[in-house]
Amino acid sequence: MHSEGAIQAKTWAIRIAFIGIWFLPLIWIDLTTYIVLTTAGLAFGMLLFMVAAGMTVIFGLMDVLNMAHGALFALGAYAGGYWILNLLEKLGWVAYGTAAQSLVSLLLAISAGAAAGALLGIIVERFIIRGVYGDHLKQIMITMGVLYVMTEVTKMIWGANPEVVLVPMMFRGSYDIFDVIIGKFRVVAIIVGLAMFAGIQLVLMKTKLGLIVRGGVENREAVQAAGYNINLIFTGVFTVGAALAGVGGTMWSIFQEQVYPEIGLENIIFAMIVVIIGGLGSVTGSFLGAIIVGLSFNYVAFLLPKLALGVNILIMATILLIRPWGLMGKE
Amino acid sequence: MAEPILSLNEVHTYISQHHVLQGVTLDITAGRPTVFLGRNGAGKSSTLRAIIGLNPVTSGEIYLSGEPIQGLKPYEIARLGVGFVAEDRAVFYNLSVEENIRLSMLHENEEARHRMEMIFELFPDLKRYWRSNAGLLSGGQKQMLAIARALVNNHRILLIDEPSKGLAPIVVDQVGESLIQIKDQSTIILVEQNFHLASLVGTDYFILDDGRVVREGLMEDLRDDQEIKHKYLGIG
Repeated sequence: MHSEGAIQAKTWAIRIAFIGIWFLPLIWIDLTTYIVLTTAGLAFGMLLFMVAAGMTVIFGLMDVLNMAHGALFALGAYAGGYWILNLLEKLGWVAYGTAAQSLVSLLLAISAGAAAGALLGIIVERFIIRGVYGDHLKQIMITMGVLYVMTEVTKMIWGANPEVVLVPMMFRGSYDIFDVIIGKFRVVAIIVGLAMFAGIQLVLMKTKLGLIVRGGVENREAVQAAGYNINLIFTGVFTVGAALAGVGGTMWSIFQEQVYPEIGLENIIFAMIVVIIGGLGSVTGSFLGAIIVGLSFNYVAFLLPKLALGVNILIMATILLIRPWGLMGKE
Repeated sequence: MAEPILSLNEVHTYISQHHVLQGVTLDITAGRPTVFLGRNGAGKSSTLRAIIGLNPVTSGEIYLSGEPIQGLKPYEIARLGVGFVAEDRAVFYNLSVEENIRLSMLHENEEARHRMEMIFELFPDLKRYWRSNAGLLSGGQKQMLAIARALVNNHRILLIDEPSKGLAPIVVDQVGESLIQIKDQSTIILVEQNFHLASLVGTDYFILDDGRVVREGLMEDLRDDQEIKHKYLGIG
């Protein structure tokens, strides 16, 4: 049993470490490089948040560990990043389009990714997950199966090789601000990630729907007896979580400029790291976790490239040792 | 005689393999606060849960103002004008008092705002702790919040399950006072082990035993009937 004081001390230690991550690299890196790396880290962090947001929403609000999230993410990448952008390229809107065409192309790609993720999400929830509510082990097993099956289905439809994803013209290249080079799409990724976080928080904390959802997480029966169809609302929550995965997939594929069948399998690991660091079920925790992972990955990749991948696992292990329930999770 | 606001006819329910309600039949008259009495496990709370739809009815009928409601989902029954205050109080601990009330408010209109004023008069503590987390309230305050959540809508019937449970005697009196004040607004159906509170609030009573109604009548008659009180309630 931890005393209140010890828990507070640990919480403060984590907060100081979180702030330290931002400034510590300045000891070894000059300011210009630092700003470039920080921007890249924030963009990477926001992309990671997009991967993890839907997963943590679905777990936090519905107590479902959905490993099929990777499949929803991958479908979003193929539907939005690959299929829609290729379609629009035939109209000449993407690689050499005007600013307006680029913007519309991106919005259409994100919408298509969200719709594809949502559609697959509804099918997965209705036919796979509904039978295993309340049983985490079964949820992990069966949704992991869905992820592997969908990876193979993806190969059957789009082939096993990576495909090039086009970046709309307006978002190619970099901004040069006083010799600080910042990739344009990184700025887009930061904006979309922040908008996603703000949108989720706004709906959950400021709307009646969010209130019903938060109440339903605590006590389904009481929400039903208060006059709300909680099953319908939770199906909606799952659909939104799935749509967020689709958006994440689209953005990730454009950022990486490619898509491949294993994209979901690879990114579910990142999603798990971020969600665990942040605390299962906490959207704010995932947001902070994603920023921590994004920044530390970029700083370490610059200073000690061979340690770049391992540092995420190290951070996760350290946080779990201090706070086993994650940064913002509940004990 | 007026048509009952609520009727149960030979209602049976099961919880897993246990035959909990074994043919409950009763009529509730509009405007007459009614108390369900009986020993633990007699089927009182299960009857309330069957009415609101949380315990599925396996056979029998439930009529609300003459319309059958068995088989409807709890949210559908609630929207027909049936409020439910659960035995465990069922306040949302991680939501503020304000959020608890807003969640329960099916229509945020002028009438609801008027009802809020009435609720604040009944339970001034709720106004004082309006922005506080409901989990931080005392047992009595949580009970008041649970009742307030049901009162915020214009329910025809209020099902209230053991509001005195776990409360200090002085708080039980407060809860009793509040129930007396609201009994003109909705038809209260109260499950209560505390006979003092039950007799303060109730006009009619039903005694349940082994999942059936075994006695019914006027509370004022039951108060002096030591034999029935001793036989079915273990008091007197």
